[in-house]
Amino acid sequence: MAEFLQFAFSGLTVGAIYALVALGFTLIYNASDVINFAQGEFVMLGGMVTVFAVAAGVPLPLAALLAVAVAVAVGVTLHRLAIEPARGASAVTLIIITIGASILLRGVAAVVFDKGFHSLPAFAGSEPWQIGGAAVLPQSLIVLVGAGAIVAMLWVFLTGTMLGKALIATSANRLAARLVGINTGAIVGLSFAVSAAIGAIGGILMTPITLTSYDVGTLLALKGFAAAMLGGMGNPIGAVLGGLLVGLLESFGAGYLSSQYKDAIAFLVILAVLFVMPHGLVGRAGVERV
Amino acid sequence: MQRLPKIMLAAASLWLTAGAAQAEIKLGSVLSVTGPASFLGDPEKRTLEIYVAELNAKGGINGQQIKLFVYDDGGDANKAKTFATRLAEEDKVDAMVGGSTTGTTMAMIPVFEDAGIPFISLAGAVQVVKPVKKWVFKTPHTDTMACEKIFEDLKKRNLTKIGMISGTDAFGKSMRDQCMTVTSKYGIEVLHEESYGPRDSDMTPQLTNIKNKAGIQAVINPGFGQGPAIVTRNYRQLGITVPLYQSHGVGSKQFIDLAGTAADGVRLPAAALLVADKLPDSDPQKKVVVDYKKTYEQKTGQPVSTFGGHMYDGLMILVEAMKRAKSADKAKVRDEIEKTRNFMGTAGVVNMSATDHLGLDLTAFRMLEIKNGDWSLVQ
Amino acid sequence: MRRFAASPYGVVVLIAVLVAALPAVLPTTFYVRIAALVFIFALAVVGLNLLMGFAGQVSLGHAGFFGIGAYAVAIGPTHLGIPSWAAFVIGVALAALIAFLVGRPILRLKGHYLAVATLGLGILIAMVMTNEAAWTGGPDGMPVPRLELFGWRVRGPVTWYWVSGITLVIGAWIAANLIASPTGRAFRAIHDSETAARVLGVDVARYKLLAFVLSAAYAAVAGAYLALFDGLVTPDSAGFLRSIEFVTMAVLGGLGSIFGSVVGAMILTVLPQVLTVFHDYEHIALGAIMIVFMIFLRAGIVPSLLTFLRRSS
Repeated sequence: MAEFLQFAFSGLTVGAIYALVALGFTLIYNASDVINFAQGEFVMLGGMVTVFAVAAGVPLPLAALLAVAVAVAVGVTLHRLAIEPARGASAVTLIIITIGASILLRGVAAVVFDKGFHSLPAFAGSEPWQIGGAAVLPQSLIVLVGAGAIVAMLWVFLTGTMLGKALIATSANRLAARLVGINTGAIVGLSFAVSAAIGAIGGILMTPITLTSYDVGTLLALKGFAAAMLGGMGNPIGAVLGGLLVGLLESFGAGYLSSQYKDAIAFLVILAVLFVMPHGLVGRAGVERV
Repeated sequence: MQRLPKIMLAAASLWLTAGAAQAEIKLGSVLSVTGPASFLGDPEKRTLEIYVAELNAKGGINGQQIKLFVYDDGGDANKAKTFATRLAEEDKVDAMVGGSTTGTTMAMIPVFEDAGIPFISLAGAVQVVKPVKKWVFKTPHTDTMACEKIFEDLKKRNLTKIGMISGTDAFGKSMRDQCMTVTSKYGIEVLHEESYGPRDSDMTPQLTNIKNKAGIQAVINPGFGQGPAIVTRNYRQLGITVPLYQSHGVGSKQFIDLAGTAADGVRLPAAALLVADKLPDSDPQKKVVVDYKKTYEQKTGQPVSTFGGHMYDGLMILVEAMKRAKSADKAKVRDEIEKTRNFMGTAGVVNMSATDHLGLDLTAFRMLEIKNGDWSLVQ
Repeated sequence: MRRFAASPYGVVVLIAVLVAALPAVLPTTFYVRIAALVFIFALAVVGLNLLMGFAGQVSLGHAGFFGIGAYAVAIGPTHLGIPSWAAFVIGVALAALIAFLVGRPILRLKGHYLAVATLGLGILIAMVMTNEAAWTGGPDGMPVPRLELFGWRVRGPVTWYWVSGITLVIGAWIAANLIASPTGRAFRAIHDSETAARVLGVDVARYKLLAFVLSAAYAAVAGAYLALFDGLVTPDSAGFLRSIEFVTMAVLGGLGSIFGSVVGAMILTVLPQVLTVFHDYEHIALGAIMIVFMIFLRAGIVPSLLTFLRRSS
């Protein structure tokens, strides 16, 4: 039982990060049909800017705020300079643009920061707590609570504010949204800003546990994308579910089956789920328009 | 469309470097500056650039300035081979120091063997110099040597039943395999094995399994990059009390910074470079390692790493050989590299021969233990 | 000229002329090696283009098939005592067989779901190559014995230039034939609308599977060539990043354009060699170039330029 709990906490912590990345994918996808492969770079920026700001003497909360601001600025710029000018291009063209952006951002980070690994001090100490025989770092709980808070705030934003409702309307039907007076271009920009902020916060929360470097984004984007698809693209609840599930699959796979093939186990399950549910766990089948 | 060849030619001429006519020594290097092995390639490149600039400022070698050609293969063997061809065919280098990983090195060997260009590799695995290849040398210790050093220490402490957790990256996998070949020689028994991916961020599931395996007296973690730091933290998190050994893949002070207090008590085999300041003054290696450490840390503002040290050794072995050969003639330089005797480098004393293109022995490794956030020598 | 370049057979002639004429302007064997690499990657991308550009199905796992071809010519002769040429044939057949077996269930998925499924497939294949070190040499890879045909040792950039160049012409010719045939029309119908194609009586599943199997075979041939050419194979050849690279080549050059595949392969192979002048800023430049190209030539380089030429005349 103790080991089960240990595996579960490990999987949930890692899964929460995947969930935040998947959530970022989902928001941008909903608003614009773009799969943003530079999503992992927002996570990288969150961690790296905080690390370097703290090293320069900025207090941690201020550094974290700065990091989120930088990521949001980058997200908005990415939308303005790379996505907006290519409006109307095919989905695959837009994907290549975001891949280009991710290469570019990584290149900038390697020059501006460095190529080493970095960590932050844990926010609430590094002495593990014993929970049912499992040793859990306080930071893990902070990641879980933080991710939960983000999801809750996002839900309030989407359902309780005009801006959030405009975002939902845009994802439901862009033309209709424009007809009722929603500036859909600005809404897409907003989705990039919110996704960047979510990614950056995830990056800041995870750095004390998982460390960070200029190139952490690639793998996170890959896992986050897989998680978003497992849950069902375009569905925020699916993204969170998918992220947690991928994290749990990896840790239980490593713990009970084979640590060498734990990523394979996660992908096998994703394949199996998609064969049975071709639109993910909670996704809905779209109707093809002829 | 018929203009395409012309366009290609124009593009091609872009990268045709203007061939300098007067005598200068052309030194080539292909390193994994980005990608998964940037941990190795980055300090190697910085070291190379610092010392070539310094050599040139002092008047170069044999009165000739050194012209440097450095390419980044991103850790990809196919790219490395292309750049190696470029060094041999286009840049027409006189010698080559580089090849951060075993994969890239093995891809480049045929190019330099065919072209007859001395090639000093910075890769770890023993197959680079075994069997001996005419033009190929290497500077880092082999993984087998690191394992033997660890096993020696285990035997001294009467610990024979171990668990192993290794990275599935090239370094971790290679060292793990090398360790398995020498277990019986030291009477070591591996009770349980786990592994983790090169970018994994949590190893508690694997370590939980090791913790629950009865009878394990010590754990070895072959790996590099951020992996060992996370393993070390998770190890303490789970409260595992048996001794933990890291490998020479932990090559810089950064490990202690990342692992924090969890690193206390961890042992690892490493080159003297890491404990440069702590060596007794009588140690013949002290001057070399202290000088290199000072120079590197001053110029880059980053903690010194043993990987950069491998580049320092390779470059200096080459420079010495060129001085002895009194020219940059490829064949003569090759012969002189092979005659390297009593060269004192950051990795230890190098004595090469026609049958040994590495020339290091086990004494080059020191066993270190981390105490209070700093390295200390295990006596 | 324009109509000629736009027609599939014209493109084959164009590629053939390019392959035949290029050696006259390549100054050293280094350039010959680059050209051979372009041809090898172009071959894989032409296959991928059949799937993505013509049948409209995404694959983010094609490096997996590339890797199967590459490891077949490494493992066959080394561990099983099979001659290289036979291992090559077996490797291509194996890649096609795997594509055939997993193709049916996978191709039922659409759009991004297909992308993630193929991504997973590619990662599974790469993972086997990394982990089964006894067979594959692990992450450091393994040496590949030289190909020998009737006592002729196929080695060196010049030889491989011709082998890969001629194969590319043949590959382009097969693709052009296919596109001009009823099969090609069926591909395009599926691309435009699966539902409409089904209503018209096209066996959608069968044609999608055909495109998938064919593209896998192209990738495996290219992978085997690269392994034999380099004399070494590493798991990178099957990795996720290589899959992305193939897709980028196909999209950059132009989906639905065979010549576009060659141009895409050329740009992403030559560019890193040119960009070395930027040193540490290499990746920044590469990313920026990709973005700019895709914004201004959004249908891909070749189709966009063709449209531009047509309009301006």
